[in-house]
Amino acid sequence: MSNGIDHPIYNYKIVRQFSIMTIVWGIVGMLVGVILAAQLVWPELNLGLPWTHFGRLRPLHTNAVIFAFGGCALFATSFYIVQRTCKTTLFAPKLASFVFWGWQLVILSAAVSLPLGFTTSKEYAELEWPIDILLAVVWVSYAIVFIGTIAKRTTSHIYVANWFFCGFIVTVAVLHVVNSAAIPVSLMKSYSFYPGAIDAMVQWWYGHNAVGFFLTAGFLGMMYYFVPKQAERPIYSYRLSVVHFWALVAIYIWAGPHHLHYTALPDWAQGLGMVMSLILLAPSWGGMINGIMTLSGAWEKLRTDPIIKFLIVSLSFYGMSTFEGPMMAIKTVNALSHYTDWTIGHVHSGALGWVAMVSMGSMYHMIPVLFGKKQGEMYSISLINVHFWLATIGTVLYIASMWVSGIMQGLMWRAVNQDGTLTYSFVEALEASYPAYFVRFLGGTIFFVGMLIMAYNVWMTIKTAPQSSAAAQSDAA
Amino acid sequence: MDNLSSFWHWWIIVLTLGCIGLTWLLLKLNQVKTQSSDDQTTGHEYDGIQEYDNPLPSWWYWMFILTIVFSLAYLALYPGLGNFKGYLNWTSVGQWEDEQKHAAAEYAPIFERYGAMSFDELKADPEALKTGQRLFANNCSLCHGSAAAGTVGFPNLTDNDWLYGDTPEAIETSILKGRKGAMMAWGAIIGEQGVKESAAYVSSLSGGNADAALVAKGKEIFATNCFACHGADGKGNQMIGAPDLTNGVWLYGGTLAKIEESIRNGRNGEMPAHEELLGKNKVHVLAAYVSSLSEPKQ
Repeated sequence: MSNGIDHPIYNYKIVRQFSIMTIVWGIVGMLVGVILAAQLVWPELNLGLPWTHFGRLRPLHTNAVIFAFGGCALFATSFYIVQRTCKTTLFAPKLASFVFWGWQLVILSAAVSLPLGFTTSKEYAELEWPIDILLAVVWVSYAIVFIGTIAKRTTSHIYVANWFFCGFIVTVAVLHVVNSAAIPVSLMKSYSFYPGAIDAMVQWWYGHNAVGFFLTAGFLGMMYYFVPKQAERPIYSYRLSVVHFWALVAIYIWAGPHHLHYTALPDWAQGLGMVMSLILLAPSWGGMINGIMTLSGAWEKLRTDPIIKFLIVSLSFYGMSTFEGPMMAIKTVNALSHYTDWTIGHVHSGALGWVAMVSMGSMYHMIPVLFGKKQGEMYSISLINVHFWLATIGTVLYIASMWVSGIMQGLMWRAVNQDGTLTYSFVEALEASYPAYFVRFLGGTIFFVGMLIMAYNVWMTIKTAPQSSAAAQSDAA
Repeated sequence: MDNLSSFWHWWIIVLTLGCIGLTWLLLKLNQVKTQSSDDQTTGHEYDGIQEYDNPLPSWWYWMFILTIVFSLAYLALYPGLGNFKGYLNWTSVGQWEDEQKHAAAEYAPIFERYGAMSFDELKADPEALKTGQRLFANNCSLCHGSAAAGTVGFPNLTDNDWLYGDTPEAIETSILKGRKGAMMAWGAIIGEQGVKESAAYVSSLSGGNADAALVAKGKEIFATNCFACHGADGKGNQMIGAPDLTNGVWLYGGTLAKIEESIRNGRNGEMPAHEELLGKNKVHVLAAYVSSLSEPKQ
């Protein structure tokens, strides 16, 4: 441990592995997304084959971007952050290595089994039971490594980023195990353990909290480290972070029923889901305020530092979609928005604007450090800037086209003639959505091109990096 | 709606109000007025990151309180707290029933007027036909296609071939009561050779080229089995919906292979009854519209 610096030599190997795979799976997942967007404009692109059909590629896209891209980004950054903020090396490094290879195996199994048509048909939980068991084992190993590392920390307190990671890890374990409970009938076929409306409720308790804890709490942990680090400013308010953390984890878990408004779910459950979603607005915004206000005193960095741009704009999209979410959870709004493209737009303002952009900003900060350079010292800063604008424009085109399309669909579906008949048939609303689908395809493609530029930039950064990673750590300290 | 047992009723109330109450308490305990100066941090440092201890932004604090107050008011007025129904007595079923009643009151007179008109009057009324077209687009086009041209297993409504009769009255009956078109499976009865022979004969009825020897054998099978429904001349029977086999219109395909398939395995088509769903008056307009589709254009 005597390396001439005031911290142990951190385990960066696992962080490097997960970082590289973040880029790889990002490209794969977003490419599938672009293909799907193209299929909705030109349906012939499904090639008439079952394996390339929309219905099978769609879960491949969601699994690839959420669990492969987002997951690897969370593993990479959480292992990086927990070591550095606890001033200690990873607990059980071999188990950490298993987490990496196990997770890649889960992703590969998904990439094969989903196009082949194996699915539980539960959204964001499509993987069949053998893969679910592997996933659970990998996840528990992750929890052991992460919490073990916190336990052997050399700092007196636990940094806020690690609270969020802990909340995310523990809750996702519970969600996954409960929602995936199933009775297997063969190697790749099972039936859900729960009947009817209960199954729907469990599924959306899981589904909404996959968003709440995987895509929100986890990425807030990322934000709480990389924003102050890149801005070189203290966190705005410790008190705010305590309040919004506890409020967020206490309230988020209730919001699931808003996915089932006006269904067979009992009225009381729908009502509770709606009010808890509304109360969730302030706890969600707490993270945005704390992130953006951290920049106060260093606002000029928004002009000069494209990594700060990524991080701060991601927080703006986060704030926007966590405002939109509670609004859409109000029953009367939901009566218009539900089942339309508005939902798709809402998800992507979170997924592209928040999750992907905060991950990209964090990767641009972290990857140079992992390969022996200073933080943010990428091969090309101007390419980061290009990527930033492509990502922002792509996201805006995507969201705006889905707002227009979604609200139009909602209005067309409910439009009634003077004789009480519906004004439009379903196909007419679909035809009217066509231009929006093209704009969505365009936005997605632009976003995807940005990802390719990032891959090039990362590749060149690694190629020009010094070879010894131990030397790297003393430099970067 | 089923009521919850009193255990679950109170479980929900205690958890909900407990969670909201604790959130409120968390806010209250952290509401400090004193503004810490800019260089005051918590004293902790993590990998170079320090933390200020600024108070909660007051606009954020009050927004939080406002959502809690709104939620408590909502839970007093609407269902949420277990079996407690809320002071407004609102239910989603009740809302749906109210909307149904409102729609019935508002639109019934229009359709009562249509219901009293004859088919000829309706067909001469452009407004009535438009209404019929919209009803068709939202209720019938899923199977029959938006142009009513049908597809395999679903009849074309624009030609002049009718399984159950071409009068508007017959069409109205089809929509109101539904139809079940069942052709029994003959494979096990007449054997594979019999299927081939009878299919050859059926194909020849509408001018299909088939082996003459098979046709001759098939004619015998037809005369002892198929004639009961399709008639001795194969022209069908609209009383029971047996298709005319001589006019070249095929519901399940007219190739030899498809005809063989129909004879071997039988066919089961079903048009669902719409009387309860749409009511007599709407069906009346719909029947007029469908009938107008197959009339020669002027």
